[in-house]
Amino acid sequence: MADPMRIRANMAGDKVEVRVLMSHEMETGQRKDAKGALVPAHFIQNVTVTHAGKTVLSAQWGTSISKNPFMHFRFKGGKPGEKVIIGWVDNRGERRTDEAVIGGG
Amino acid sequence: MESKRRDILKAGSGAGMLALAAAAGLLKPREAFAQQWNKAAFESKSVAATLKALGGSGSTESAQIQITAPDIAENGAVVPITIESGIPKTQAIAILIEKNPNTLSADFDIPEGTDPFITTRVKMAETSNIYAVVMADGKYFHTVKEIKVTLGGCGG
Repeated sequence: MADPMRIRANMAGDKVEVRVLMSHEMETGQRKDAKGALVPAHFIQNVTVTHAGKTVLSAQWGTSISKNPFMHFRFKGGKPGEKVIIGWVDNRGERRTDEAVIGGG
Repeated sequence: MESKRRDILKAGSGAGMLALAAAAGLLKPREAFAQQWNKAAFESKSVAATLKALGGSGSTESAQIQITAPDIAENGAVVPITIESGIPKTQAIAILIEKNPNTLSADFDIPEGTDPFITTRVKMAETSNIYAVVMADGKYFHTVKEIKVTLGGCGG
């Protein structure tokens, strides 16, 4: 099981500003190990962010997203105390879901 | 034999139902496939092929899309990129890296209420043009920025 995501969600005016740092190898499948064997690809393919039952951002990723992926975005309609839920699924079907409470501005 | 035929009948009507639901607008295509991964697009090896795999036939260069990224990236493994679209009805933002082994890096779906703005970090194999492709109101727009890479982020 991967380590928890670090999520920061804060009000910025009437919008919620979200920053998330995920813990994932994001192995490209192009790299070779010390013995010269190809390291198989292992990377996050889908990311979904929901708030109050509504998807506020979804993404498909390839192997060229950096290791320990970072994402920053903003959405309208959130209030302090409400939750932002972020989930990812990688190419091996491993998944992780974390949530954060929206903080004041 | 009998049971097999029934299975086929069932399968047939199931698919029919799905098509009906889609036709009735109960399932929007992008929602229906939200958890899917566009394999063809991510395996594309050129900007044109990626655009095609994403569903666009062509793209117009637009000054309303901004890429904020360093001109020179010392470490190709971590290149911060911010894309902001000023185009009304922006629905999706994709990041394409022309000279990477696979061109498409990420495709973000921007629902209504979410700013057409995204920051993330990507890997770059070598100095390359970055294309920010925006889908707005069903049409495709893009802007380009070159980033020089001192140390590649793939292989190594």
